[in-house]
Amino acid sequence: MYWEKEIETIERRQLEKLQLERLKQSINKASKSLYYGDKFKDKVINAAAIKSIQDIEKIPFTTKDDLRGNWPYGLVATSKDELVRMHSSSGTTGRATVIFHTAGDIAVWTNLVARCMYMTGMRKSDVFQNMMTYGLFTGGLGFHYGAEKIGALVIPASAGNSKRQIQLMIDFATTVVHVIPSYALHLSTVFTELKIDPRRDTKVKIAFIGAEPHTEKMRRKIEEIYGYKAFNSYGLSEMSGPGVAFECPNQNGLHIWEDSFLVEIINPQTLQPVRDGEEGELVMTTLQREGMPILRYRTKDLTRIIPEPCSCGRTHRRIERIKGRTDDMMIIKGVNIYPMQIEKKLMDIEGVGTNFLIVLDREEFNDLMTVKVEVNKKLFSGELKKLEALRKKIAEELKSEILITPKIDLVEPDSIPKGEGKAVRVIDNRKD
Amino acid sequence: MIAYQLSIFAENKPGKLAHVTSVLAKEKINIRATTIATADTFGVISLIVDDPKSAQAALMAAGMTVNLVDVLAILIPDKPGGLDELMQLLFKENININNAYGFVLESSKKAVFVVDVEQMAKAEKLLEEKGFQTLDTAALCAMEPSCSVK
Repeated sequence: MYWEKEIETIERRQLEKLQLERLKQSINKASKSLYYGDKFKDKVINAAAIKSIQDIEKIPFTTKDDLRGNWPYGLVATSKDELVRMHSSSGTTGRATVIFHTAGDIAVWTNLVARCMYMTGMRKSDVFQNMMTYGLFTGGLGFHYGAEKIGALVIPASAGNSKRQIQLMIDFATTVVHVIPSYALHLSTVFTELKIDPRRDTKVKIAFIGAEPHTEKMRRKIEEIYGYKAFNSYGLSEMSGPGVAFECPNQNGLHIWEDSFLVEIINPQTLQPVRDGEEGELVMTTLQREGMPILRYRTKDLTRIIPEPCSCGRTHRRIERIKGRTDDMMIIKGVNIYPMQIEKKLMDIEGVGTNFLIVLDREEFNDLMTVKVEVNKKLFSGELKKLEALRKKIAEELKSEILITPKIDLVEPDSIPKGEGKAVRVIDNRKD
Repeated sequence: MIAYQLSIFAENKPGKLAHVTSVLAKEKINIRATTIATADTFGVISLIVDDPKSAQAALMAAGMTVNLVDVLAILIPDKPGGLDELMQLLFKENININNAYGFVLESSKKAVFVVDVEQMAKAEKLLEEKGFQTLDTAALCAMEPSCSVK
């Protein structure tokens, strides 16, 4: 029932001792990078100044902007020769952040993913179909390695091609899948189309769902459709990817692996720590990473610590499923998108006015993104054909940036309400 | 002669045409012909009116996106085969029509066919050579009994 009983059920006091030791190592390692080396120079921060894990508050936060600003190698703490892999956040072009791994980092990460999978009941005898994009995105390779570590048979199906997914599932008697929740719901419509009943005609008993926020209701719906148990997975590329926090069989909060990450929850306004159990922004420090240690990383994800111990016996605390974001990042079909990316692209297209609005809807189980774009008064020719060409061009340009194809609505100039102060760029109508 | 067509960008939703007509009614502008082309959520309302410049100004003042588009307004006899004669001519000369619509001026006598073609000058010259009368805005207006007494 445990992948690593000793570490998963470690006494809290022992765990904190281990954390302190690893935090000091992390600070030492991090100070070898250009970025932290420079940052620590003035403030005289070093491992000796850290007497307890609470002392982490002496260290400044790291943000995504810091990662971007020091792109690509500014936070790398080892010789470049030691690096064996890079990953990038959701593959978007303009704002990608890159994370580098040494062989040791990959081994630690793989072990954490294996720990998560094993915790839910996955074993060597299982057939694991990984329906996540392989590539820069961490969800594909991260789970792939974890599953091989357990010794399961891995089907690296990657994302998309629904009919083939179903065929693979049936042909090779898949027992465990990894899937984006909205895609799981979409896939159910393909099952219906093919007149295949996933409950009766497939052998899947466990699903890992993650890479996009979803509600408890959505999870239960997926479980009901497929007749399997769906476990919530949380991770972010900056913290290696999946394997950061995962649900145990109790399906009540996600155990966050505190031997590998130091976890803080802060008030995103005051930046002060909140009390255990209070909601705030998740801040994480890598405790084991060599290639690119990151200290006090502001994830912008909102959650809270569940302070009560879990009946599964694991002592690593649980976080609640992610409630939202502190910034304007949207996650659509597993892709991270910022309104700024859309704005930048739109402003480069002739014929487009100054204002736009992103509307997110969920239709049938699919996330839909509509971008309402004001046409430019001066460039209106009176021809419908040109407007249609403009709409097509906008859709293509945006797809090249955000990787999904939004629906484009051309609207009249000045028809999108301008809020006072900061413009409202996103209306999210997605529910459950 | 070239006539003006008023083209208005509009979202495809209730009240958009009503907004246009209310502005024109207030300005006492007479509408001779209307056509709407729609692409899903938006479209273009095209109008032939008696005073396109004033209409454009009024609609723009009301916040609308408007353009005046050159079109050929061709006088044809309102009888069977009246339009066919014109069409056969344009076809023979390989002139492509992007958009077209018609209206009757005098029942069983005169009708106007409005076309938007790519080679405007060529088409105009050809039509005149072949004896078709093209009308400009003033001529369109003069043909209108209610307009001529204004």
